[in-house]
Amino acid sequence: MTAIAANSPRERWWNSRTAHRFMKHHLALIGMVMIALLTLACVLGPHVLPYDSLYIDLRARFAPPLTGQHYLGTDPLGRDLAARLFMAGRISLLVGFSAMLLSTLIGTLVGVVAGYRGGLIGTVLMRGVDGFLSFPSIFLVLALAAALKPSPIMITVVIAATSWMEVARIVEAEVRSLREREFVLAGRMLGLSATHIMFREILPNAIGPIIVAATLTVARAILMEAYISFLGYGIQPPLPSWGNMLNGAQQYLGTAPWLAIIPGAAITIAVTSFNFIGDGLRDAFDVRGDHS
Amino acid sequence: MRSFLLNRFAQSLVLLLIVSIIGFVVLNLIPGGPLAQFGLDASMTQDDLKRLAEQLGLNRPLWVQYLDWAWRLLTGDWGHSFRDGAPVLEVIGRHLMATLLLMGSSTVIAIAIGTWIGVRGAVKRYSVFDYVATVGAMVALSIPTFWFGLIGIYVFSLKLGWLPAGNMYTIGDESVLNYLHHLILPSVVLALVHVAIWSRYMRTATLDVINQEFIKTARAKGLSERHILMKHVIGNALLPMITLLGMQLPSVLTGALVTETVFTWPGMGRLFLDSLGYSDYPVVMGLLMFSAILVVVSNLAADIVVAIIDPRIRLS
Repeated sequence: MTAIAANSPRERWWNSRTAHRFMKHHLALIGMVMIALLTLACVLGPHVLPYDSLYIDLRARFAPPLTGQHYLGTDPLGRDLAARLFMAGRISLLVGFSAMLLSTLIGTLVGVVAGYRGGLIGTVLMRGVDGFLSFPSIFLVLALAAALKPSPIMITVVIAATSWMEVARIVEAEVRSLREREFVLAGRMLGLSATHIMFREILPNAIGPIIVAATLTVARAILMEAYISFLGYGIQPPLPSWGNMLNGAQQYLGTAPWLAIIPGAAITIAVTSFNFIGDGLRDAFDVRGDHS
Repeated sequence: MRSFLLNRFAQSLVLLLIVSIIGFVVLNLIPGGPLAQFGLDASMTQDDLKRLAEQLGLNRPLWVQYLDWAWRLLTGDWGHSFRDGAPVLEVIGRHLMATLLLMGSSTVIAIAIGTWIGVRGAVKRYSVFDYVATVGAMVALSIPTFWFGLIGIYVFSLKLGWLPAGNMYTIGDESVLNYLHHLILPSVVLALVHVAIWSRYMRTATLDVINQEFIKTARAKGLSERHILMKHVIGNALLPMITLLGMQLPSVLTGALVTETVFTWPGMGRLFLDSLGYSDYPVVMGLLMFSAILVVVSNLAADIVVAIIDPRIRLS
């Protein structure tokens, strides 16, 4: 017995069946590559590019992309668009990712408590979630963003405040089904506290759907940040974000369309990648086989 | 069926209560609360502000203020706009039709195109069409609506000159054709995301129905594939669609706000943004509550319609 236990390798998560299923998902792999490239470009780009994103050169205003030395052209103040794009990308991606972390935390907490407790607490919590979901997200985000200071941290909090509901729903459903399993009953027999059961027994088994929900939340959060920055209530200039770059590009749509096309393409690429990855993760975690 | 409807109705009432509480919290989060409009008026002294606060009843405990506010919502007193003094409900009413027109036409487009793509993709599973449709749907879900709108304006208004770049109609021309002309681009832009959602849903729903036993029976009876598809498959896949329509409403409203901004469409979304810019908080709060109430009522209506149509619920 001990010989078998000593010889069989412990299954690492990167060798698991789930990981193998993920690797077969071509779109998800493309998504991961795109996101890796995008993140690398945003982190390293401003250092590698010859122009600083803040350098104003009024002689080179409105240069179209691929002409001259500015790879993606320049904006109305002559700043290099590529450099601005990557600086903005840092902020947009960071806000999206942080909003995801916060909303996943809140949503998981609410979902686990509501799913495990059930009864009155569960119903009240889930009705609260439904109540929040009845507001169109952008109305709520704009009202909150206008009420509070528009710093990047507040924007992150506001976006998280309107994204946690989906996570809570998914987690609550998963916990509710896991609650009936034998290992939970065994835990209660052993006298483990409810908190222990919720967070040390049930939660690790519900990680799959949480990760899927988290990935899709990043996509939504990036999109939401772009929306409110475009409308003027998100990241405020001079801090660049893909959304407020599009806001500034509106008035020059006829004469310099690349100012609008390029940041929008960046947003689309980022959100699409996360959607691909989330889709792949969902298929990878789904043990029930062919669902396409 | 009656118990189902009563249950559903009670749930909606609870939901409306929760919505009103959330709205009240948001109302009080705005710095200065209901006094915000006066903050900018330099002639107002602290004493004036205190007197106003007493007049508006802001010194009472919070739960009393909430009950008062909720009661006023129920009786139709939604306050008056700071801009022109008109009752908030009247202001909303002026812009409601434009938004409903936009949402309605884009939903029709989304359902028509999305259903066609989804069903075709399900029937020809794993074909090139299916693959392109699936990937295309995921990309379409990721495209920011306002970016798509700006590109649409650039291509169809600035470069080709086929479609107007904004507004509901050209001043001086009140014909229906003119309205339609202005409606095309905003509807299509708003519809994009929902075409993606509907095509994915219809694909899954069609696949679910096609694999069921009664389809095999229909085939054994000798019915043509087309007949089976049209009458049995799509009919059964359509029923949950009504519920889905209700669930999509918040996201359609979100898209409508952004689309109305890009195309200067005189709807509720643009009203919301304008009022926010003017710090016209009664209208802002009114629109917030109106949209949430609309969503709750629409979901209830959708469930009632499904209960009436679906024999499984009707006869239970």
